[in-house]
Amino acid sequence: MADSSPLLEVEDLVSGYGAAQVLHGVSFEVGAEAVAVVGRNGMGKTTLCRTIMGLVAARSGSIRLGGQELTGRKPHHIAESGIGYVPQGRRLFASLSVDEHLMMLAKGTKNQRWTPDAVYELFPRLVERKNVKGTRLSGGEQQMLAIGRALLLNASLLIMDEPSEGLAPTIIEQLIDTCRTLVEEGHAVLLVEQNLGVASEIAQRHLVMVSGRIAAEMEPDQLLNDPEAQRRLLGVESSG
Amino acid sequence: MGLGIGLLLLALIAAWVLVLATGTPAGPLIHEPRDFLSTLLNALTIAGLYFIVAAGFTLVFGLMRVVNLAHGSFFLLGGYAALEFQRFMVGKSGNISSSEVSALRWLVPLALAAAVAGIIGLITQQVFLRWFQGQDMRETLITIAISVILADQMLTHFGGLAKDIRWPGVLDHFLIVFDFRYSVPRLFMLFTAIVVGVLLWLWLHKTRTGMVIRAGVDDTAMVQALGINVQVVFALAFLVGSALAGIGGVMGGSFASLAPGVDGQWLLNSIIVVIVGGMGSLVGAMAGSLLLGLVTAFAPAYLPADFTHYSVIFTFVLLAAVLAWRPYGLFGRPE
Repeated sequence: MADSSPLLEVEDLVSGYGAAQVLHGVSFEVGAEAVAVVGRNGMGKTTLCRTIMGLVAARSGSIRLGGQELTGRKPHHIAESGIGYVPQGRRLFASLSVDEHLMMLAKGTKNQRWTPDAVYELFPRLVERKNVKGTRLSGGEQQMLAIGRALLLNASLLIMDEPSEGLAPTIIEQLIDTCRTLVEEGHAVLLVEQNLGVASEIAQRHLVMVSGRIAAEMEPDQLLNDPEAQRRLLGVESSG
Repeated sequence: MGLGIGLLLLALIAAWVLVLATGTPAGPLIHEPRDFLSTLLNALTIAGLYFIVAAGFTLVFGLMRVVNLAHGSFFLLGGYAALEFQRFMVGKSGNISSSEVSALRWLVPLALAAAVAGIIGLITQQVFLRWFQGQDMRETLITIAISVILADQMLTHFGGLAKDIRWPGVLDHFLIVFDFRYSVPRLFMLFTAIVVGVLLWLWLHKTRTGMVIRAGVDDTAMVQALGINVQVVFALAFLVGSALAGIGGVMGGSFASLAPGVDGQWLLNSIIVVIVGGMGSLVGAMAGSLLLGLVTAFAPAYLPADFTHYSVIFTFVLLAAVLAWRPYGLFGRPE
């Protein structure tokens, strides 16, 4: 992909559930980089992810991936066109073992960067848990599997929705390392985080979401060192 | 305490069958061991047929959560289709004897009937049901409508009299061990059920399609968000489920007979098996079939002769007992 044109372009995106409109015209771009969407609970961050994936229908606006329009397409087309999705709450399959989660998506991964073996190499912990049901894993292992599963799409963009949620601090450290490795390898990452610390460790740009709009775009340090902006945009007293 | 009552009941039943059951069609086990053995084999073999039909039902209703009340109609339709194909192949329109039926004249109708039932099922799903995923009430009404229409159409074409498909000559005799005789076709039903069970298990657990089906049952939207077109896979599962109803119909039509009303009866059997065994579990369908088979074979044989026609009640006793003990069925898991 050319560095000049953005990979993901979201323009004036409006969506919601039933009578409730959640996104009120969201616009931003993501290139070959890690971008974090931060904001309080209920500001529309998860709805944004779900709308990009086609799981919630966009009411207006456009989503383009590598120039290709995604709105109105089915979720499986959207995923296939190049988005790996790590959803909030991992959403692993209760009936499938760790290995089955990966084998299910192994088709067509041969000679690609991410194969089931490559995922096991990235997360050696999962090898030991190969035959355990996905939902019986610890929180950290579940997150590894959810990321590994998304990697198997060999997609150009990875969307991660609250990956640090419910994880112990040491596990979060590992998660940050993993994400940095992926970004260094050239994966574009759209990271949704409530934890400003985690977001700042991974992403170079922060999009602050307030009431279904991108209210501000900031450098990580800018936001971290500005308690006033944090209180105004995130509604938190300086968190680290 | 529940376990105690259960064990006590089982002990009473065992004592009854073993020594007390005088004046019943079979007679107590200590006096009539051969009757006991054939009742047991009857139970196992009819359980085989229950399993073939209910495995298809558990795939569609248990796994994909599509309320398909036309499953029994696909059973009967498959049976009638095989009947027509067999008559065509033999070149007679009735009174076929099994000596005229070569293995091929049974297997080809079987394959064609499976295809007919499978395709009709697929059409039902694609044309009518696909739009209403997760809307139980609409699925129920649509499939009841389809079953009523199919039942009337079949009544017009095949009449109201019971008809049966002939087993092939190679199967249609008795197995004799010392002085014990047993019907080979019934053993063949059990054998087929085992083959179907093994193939289904391999399909669901060892192939990518099977993994997608199981994952899709857990979280359809997530499977789609991983780039898999889950509709194609669900359509395939519906095809296989309906084809199994058709195969069951050929077995049932050869072992018993085909007549109006048989469709509803087999739908009911399948529902009972799935409720007893637990929704969506293949092992559950096996256990459910086995229990239903045991109840339907033993109740009429070991009730006092005057009460034989009450044996149907025991099916409901089975249902009530299982639901009281395990509300999600033996191998079901809470939603």
